[in-house]
Amino acid sequence: MPNRSRDNGQRLSHHPILEFPRGRKLTFFFDGRPITAYEGETIAAALHAAGIRILTHTEAGRPRGLFCAIGKCSSCLVTVDGVPNVKGCVTPVRAGMRVESQRGPGRIDPSFRPRGLAPVHQRAEVAIVGGGPAGLAAAQTLLSHGVKPLCLDENPHPGGQLVKQTHKFFGSRAEKAGTRGHRIAQELLAQVASEVELLAGAQVLGAYEEEGRLLVASRAGRLHLIQARQLIVATGAQERFLLFPGNDLPGVYGAGAVQTLMNVYGIKPGRRALMVGAGNVGLIVAYQLLQAGVEVLGVVEVLPEIGGYHVHAAKLRRLGVPIHTRHTLIAALGERAVEAAVIAEVDEELRPIPGTERELELDLICLAVGLSPSTRLVEQLGARMAWVGELGGWVPVHDERMETTVPGVYVAGDCAGIGEASTAMLEGKLAALSALEGLGQRVEGERRGVWQALARLRAGPFGRRPRLGKEKLLSLMKEMAYG
Amino acid sequence: MASFRRTGVLSLAELAGQLPPLERLRKGPCAAIECVEEIPCNPCEEACPAGAISVGEEITSVPRLDFQRCTGCGACLAVCPGLAIFLLDLSGDRPRLTVPYELLPVPQPGEEVELLSRAGEAVGRGKVVRARRAGTTWLLTLELPSEGLLWEARGVRRGK
Repeated sequence: MPNRSRDNGQRLSHHPILEFPRGRKLTFFFDGRPITAYEGETIAAALHAAGIRILTHTEAGRPRGLFCAIGKCSSCLVTVDGVPNVKGCVTPVRAGMRVESQRGPGRIDPSFRPRGLAPVHQRAEVAIVGGGPAGLAAAQTLLSHGVKPLCLDENPHPGGQLVKQTHKFFGSRAEKAGTRGHRIAQELLAQVASEVELLAGAQVLGAYEEEGRLLVASRAGRLHLIQARQLIVATGAQERFLLFPGNDLPGVYGAGAVQTLMNVYGIKPGRRALMVGAGNVGLIVAYQLLQAGVEVLGVVEVLPEIGGYHVHAAKLRRLGVPIHTRHTLIAALGERAVEAAVIAEVDEELRPIPGTERELELDLICLAVGLSPSTRLVEQLGARMAWVGELGGWVPVHDERMETTVPGVYVAGDCAGIGEASTAMLEGKLAALSALEGLGQRVEGERRGVWQALARLRAGPFGRRPRLGKEKLLSLMKEMAYG
Repeated sequence: MASFRRTGVLSLAELAGQLPPLERLRKGPCAAIECVEEIPCNPCEEACPAGAISVGEEITSVPRLDFQRCTGCGACLAVCPGLAIFLLDLSGDRPRLTVPYELLPVPQPGEEVELLSRAGEAVGRGKVVRARRAGTTWLLTLELPSEGLLWEARGVRRGK
C-alpha cells in the first residue's frame, strides 16, 4: 500500500550531503493513535515519517495532504489540542499533543476561551518580515551598520528555502558561489543570531500605518505588536498549482514541500516519483530525490526545451533519468493517495496528442511549475502592484533602491519578483541600505557595488526575464513620478 | 535550438573545443569542462591553483581552460555547482576518468561499477581505483576498458 510504510522506515539515517541530528523521542496522538516523533519535527513531517499522508479532509470528505509545506497554502489544516485550523506543516510536535484531522474548515468551540496572555509590545528601528536569504542578508547588512533589526519568520526554522538547498550555489565568491545553500543559511544565521532578535514561528497577520508601521504577529499563542520606523518585506513566494484530475490527492506535492520533507527533516517523501517542470527547481529537486534514495521515473516539461541550466539536466540524464520535453501530466490516479500518473505528448498548441498517453506507477508527483510572489503584506499597506509576467505575476512596484510606493516600506527577494537566492541576498542588502538611508545614514558607495553585483548575476540569457521585469517596474515608477 | 536544450545531453560535436586534445591527455590528467551555457557562475576560475581556467569579469561567460596549464589536480571538480567537470587521463596503461559523485553508498577502490553515457545508457564497466572526498562531494577515479569510453562515459551506477 503506498500510503503506509513499516516502522518509521521513511526516516533517512544516511544522506550524501546532509546530516539529520534528531531531537528527543516523543509521542503525540493523531486521531487518537499514538505516533512516535522527534523533537523539532513538524506535525506533517512526523506523520509522513509514520507513513501517514492524509492529514485532513475537505468538507465533502476528500483526503488532503501537504502541498507547500511552508505555511502558505492551507492544505494541511488540523485541529491541535482543540484549536482548529492549525497549519500542520509549520507546527512543531510536542509530547502528548492531540492532533485531529478535520472535515472541512474547523469550527471554534463557543466555550473556548483564549489563554488571555497579554500582547508583547516591541519596538525596532527596522523590522524585517521573512528570514530567508533576502531577510537574513538585510539583517546582516543592518547589523554591520550598527542597527539591530527585529526579524520575523513564520517557519519554525529560519533560513527560508536556503535550508533545503543541498546544491552548491552559482554566482561568484562574493555571493557564496560553490557553497551549498543549507551552509549559506547556517553562515548567515550564525552571523546574525547573537545580535538580531529573530522570532521564528511568528506569523505576521497584518501591517498598519501607525507611527511608522505597526506589525501584528501571532507567535506561540501570543500576539506581538511591533512598532517599526522602517519595514523590509521579504516574504518569498509560493508554489504554483496545476490543473489536472486528481491534483488534490495526497502525494501530489509542490517540489519545495518535497525538499522540506527530505532535506530539512530527513524523511523520504515517497518511493517512485515524477517531476513536472524542467526549470531549475524541477531539475534540482529531481536530483535531490535521487540523493534521498527515491527512484525518479522522469521529468516532464510541456515546453519544447528544458527551462533550467543544462548542467542540472545533465546530472539527471547521466544517472538514467529521462527528461520528456513536449510532455505534460494528464491526470493523477488513486483512491486515497496518488498511485499512478498519466503523461502524454503535446502538440504545437500544447494540447495532449491522443494515443500518446502513458501510465506510470508511482506514489509521488512533484510540481515545479513556477512560483508566485507572496505579496499580501505590502498590498495591505497600500503599495501599488503591477502584473509583470517576467517576475512571476503581481509584484509590488519598487524602485532600484527596493522601496515600494509606500515610503519606508521596502521589498526584497522573491516577493519583489521571482529570482535566485543569490540575487535575493543582494536585494536584501539593497533594501537594508535604503532603510539605513531612511534612518539618515549615507550608503551611496556601498549601494553602487551591490547594483554592479546584481547586474553581473542577471547578465546572460538566463537573467533576461528578471532583467526585463525589473526594467518594466522602473519605467512604471518613472511614469508615476511624472504622470 | 541546440539539441541539448531539448534533451539535456551534449553531443561530442557540441563539446568540440571543451575537451582536451589527445596529446595533452597522454602526458597526464586534464580537466574537461562540459559547461557550454552562459550562466552566472565562476567558482572554477577561483579554485584553480594553476590559473588555467578563465571566466573573466562577465561571470556569465563560458569558462575557458588552458589545457597546457591544467595540472589535473581536480580542485575545479570539487567546487563546480553543476558537477560539470571531469578529469581525463591517458598517461597510464588504462584510460582513467574522474567524476564527481554525490550519491550513497559511495563505490570504493576495487569495486566494479557500471558506466553510463551522458544520456544514461549503460556503455560498459569500469573499476574504481581512487575515491577521494572533497567536502561532501566525492571524486571517483575509474579505470576504463577502452579509450572510446573516456569520451562517452560520464555517469556511474553501482552493482549490476
